Amino acid sequence: MDWHILAQQLVNGLTLGSIYGLIAIGYTMVYGIIGMINFAHGDVYMVSAYLTAIAIAVLTGFGIDSAPFAIVITLALTMFITGVYGWSIERVAYRPLRGSTRLAPLISAIGISLVLQNYVQLSQGAKPQGVPTLVSGTVRLGTETNFVQMTYIQILIVVVSFAAMAALTWIIRSTSLGRQCRATQQDRKMAAILGIDTDRIISTVFVIGAAMAAIAGVLVTLNYGSFDFFIGFVTGIKAFTAAVLGGIGSLPGAMLGGILLGLFESLFSGFVNTDYKDVFSFALLVLVLIFRPSGLLGRPEVEKV
Amino acid sequence: MKKAIQRAFAVSLLAGAVAFGVGAHAADVIKIGVAGPMTGGNAAFGEQFWRGAVQAAEDINAAGGVNGKKIELVKADDACEPKQAVAVANRLVDQDKVDAIIGHFCSSSTIPASEIYAEAGKLQITPASTNPKVTERNIPTIFRTCGRDDQQGAVAADFILSTLKAKKIAVIHDKDTYGQGLADAMKASAAKKGAKEVLYEGLTRGEKDFNALATKIKAADADAVYFGGLAAEAGPLVRQLREQGSTAAFISGDGIVDTAFVTAAGGPQFSKGVYMTFGADPRNLPGGKSLVEKFRKAGYEPEGYTLYSYATLQAVTEAMKATKSTDGATLAKWLKGHTVNTVMGPKAWDAKGDLKVSDYVMYQWDDKGGYAELKK
Repeated sequence: MDWHILAQQLVNGLTLGSIYGLIAIGYTMVYGIIGMINFAHGDVYMVSAYLTAIAIAVLTGFGIDSAPFAIVITLALTMFITGVYGWSIERVAYRPLRGSTRLAPLISAIGISLVLQNYVQLSQGAKPQGVPTLVSGTVRLGTETNFVQMTYIQILIVVVSFAAMAALTWIIRSTSLGRQCRATQQDRKMAAILGIDTDRIISTVFVIGAAMAAIAGVLVTLNYGSFDFFIGFVTGIKAFTAAVLGGIGSLPGAMLGGILLGLFESLFSGFVNTDYKDVFSFALLVLVLIFRPSGLLGRPEVEKV
Repeated sequence: MKKAIQRAFAVSLLAGAVAFGVGAHAADVIKIGVAGPMTGGNAAFGEQFWRGAVQAAEDINAAGGVNGKKIELVKADDACEPKQAVAVANRLVDQDKVDAIIGHFCSSSTIPASEIYAEAGKLQITPASTNPKVTERNIPTIFRTCGRDDQQGAVAADFILSTLKAKKIAVIHDKDTYGQGLADAMKASAAKKGAKEVLYEGLTRGEKDFNALATKIKAADADAVYFGGLAAEAGPLVRQLREQGSTAAFISGDGIVDTAFVTAAGGPQFSKGVYMTFGADPRNLPGGKSLVEKFRKAGYEPEGYTLYSYATLQAVTEAMKATKSTDGATLAKWLKGHTVNTVMGPKAWDAKGDLKVSDYVMYQWDDKGGYAELKK
C-alpha cells in the first residue's frame, strides 16, 4: 500500500467528517438545552443548500464575481434566512408543546421535516439543482502521478468547521449568553426565577443551530456542486449518529464524533469494502455505546433525586 | 390433446374477456395508470413518463379515442421505493380501477408491483425497467418497450473492450435491482471475453460523497469505470473522480439518460466525455419528427424515456382497439402475436414480453450538457 493512498483517504475522511460535525453541532446544541432531538435539522440544512444557490444566482445577476466576496455574502444571507427558519420551527413545533410528553415535540419535529421536504420539492421541483463552481483549485503534495490532494473548498470546510466549533465552545463557556444557556439547561424553572428569559434562550439556541446547518449547507453545496430536496435525510442521520458517538450535548464531542465517523467510512470504504461501510460505522457506534453509554465526550446523566 | 386444452382455455378466456368488456361498457373512459418516480431523487424520469403519456393520450383522444371512449390517465408515484410501489399498485387496481398500467421505472419497483397487476389480470407495460427478472417470472401480462440489461451490458462490455481497449475495468453499482443487475450483466459479458474487473463495489443511494471510492478507483489504476445506477449518484461520482485527477473513461447505462445527470455532476465540464448505452435515439426516427417538434414547441425536450412512454400508450391502445377489450390476458395474447406501429417504429414482442429486436447503441455526453449517438 502506498502512503499517498492512505493519506488521501485520511483527507477524504477528514472533509466528510467535518461536514458531519458541523451539522452534528446543531443536533447537540438543541439536545443540550432542551433535551430533545430536532429531527428537522437535516432538512434545515437542505433548505440552506437551496438558499445558497439562490444567493449565488442573485449575486451573479448583480455582476459580483469575486469568489471570496460572493462566498461571504452568501454565507451571511443564508445564515440569516436559515436562522429565521430555525426560529420559526421552534415557535411552531416546539414551544406550543413545551410541558407535554417528551414524545410530542419529537413527532412534531418529524412533521416539520416532512413539511420542509415536500414544500421544497413542490416549489423548487424534484430534479437535482446545481451551482456553478466558484472556487476551483487544489493543493497537491507528491509526484505527478502519486499525490495527495485537497481542494480549496475542502480546506475551507475543515477550517470553518473547527473555527465554528471553537467559537461556539467559547460562547457557551465564557459569555453571558453561554451562562444563561447553561443555566437553562441545568434547571429551566430556577433559571426563569433568577430572571433569565428562558424562552428567548431556547429560541436563540435554535437559531444558532440553524446557522450552523447553513454554514454546512453553503460549504457542502460549493463542494459537491449539486443538491436536491432529499439530501437532508441521509446527511441528517449521519450527523445525528456523529452527535451520539461523540456524546450528545457536547460541542467538541459532536466534532470528534463527526470526524471519527468520516474517517471510519472513508478508511473502511477505501481499504475494505464500500458496500458495508455503513454497517461497519453503525457497528462501531453500538460498540462505543456499550462501553460508554453517553458517547465519547458526553457526561453521564445523573438522575436528579 | 394438450393443444386442444390450451385452445379451450384461450377461448374461455376470450369469452370471459368479452363478458368483462360488456360489463365495463357502462364506463365511458378507459383509465390507464402511469406509475413511476414522480417525486424523490429520480423524479426527472417520472416526468419523462408522464409527459410522454399525457401527449399520447391527448393525441389519441383527439383522433377519436379508443373504441369510442376517451383515455384518462391516473398518475401514480412510487418514488422508486419498492414498498410504495406495491401500495400505489394496490391503489391503482382497487381504488382507481385502471384498465392497464404504464410503469414502473425502477426495476426494483416494477417487479413487486407486477405481482399485484398480474393477480388483478391487468396489462402492464414498462417503458424503462431493463432488469431481466421483470419478464422472467412467467407473468403473461407484463411487457416492456425497452431492452434488457443482459443486452445492454453486452453492448457496454463490447464497447469497453473492443473500442476503448480498456485493460483495467472498475465496476461500480448502487446495490439496487437495476444498478447491480446491469453492472453484473456487464461484468458477465466482459468475463466471457476473458476480462476480469479490478474492482467491484457498491455505493449507497442518496449519498453525495464518493471521494473514498474515487481514491480507491484511482489506486486500482482503472482505465475504465463502469457504473450501474442512476443519475443522482453517477453525477457526484464522476465529478469526484475528475476532481481527484482521474481520466478513466466513465461508462454507464440508461439510468443516466437525463440532463439531471449533468446537473448532478455540477456542470458539463465534469460530465463531458461520459459514455452510456441507450436504445437508438427515438428522437431521430422518421416517425417521431413531428412529435418531437410538438414537444419542443411546448418548451420540453423529449429526452430519455419520454417517447418510450408515448409509444407504450400507443401499444396499449392499439391492442385495446384490435381486441375491443381491456382484459389483460386478451391484450397480452394479441400483443404477442402482432406488430404495433409506434412513434418509435414497429415493435413486436416475444412470448416473455420482451422486445424481439433491441437496439442498444453507445452515446456520449458533450461539453454543452447534451448527448449524441456515437458514430461507428
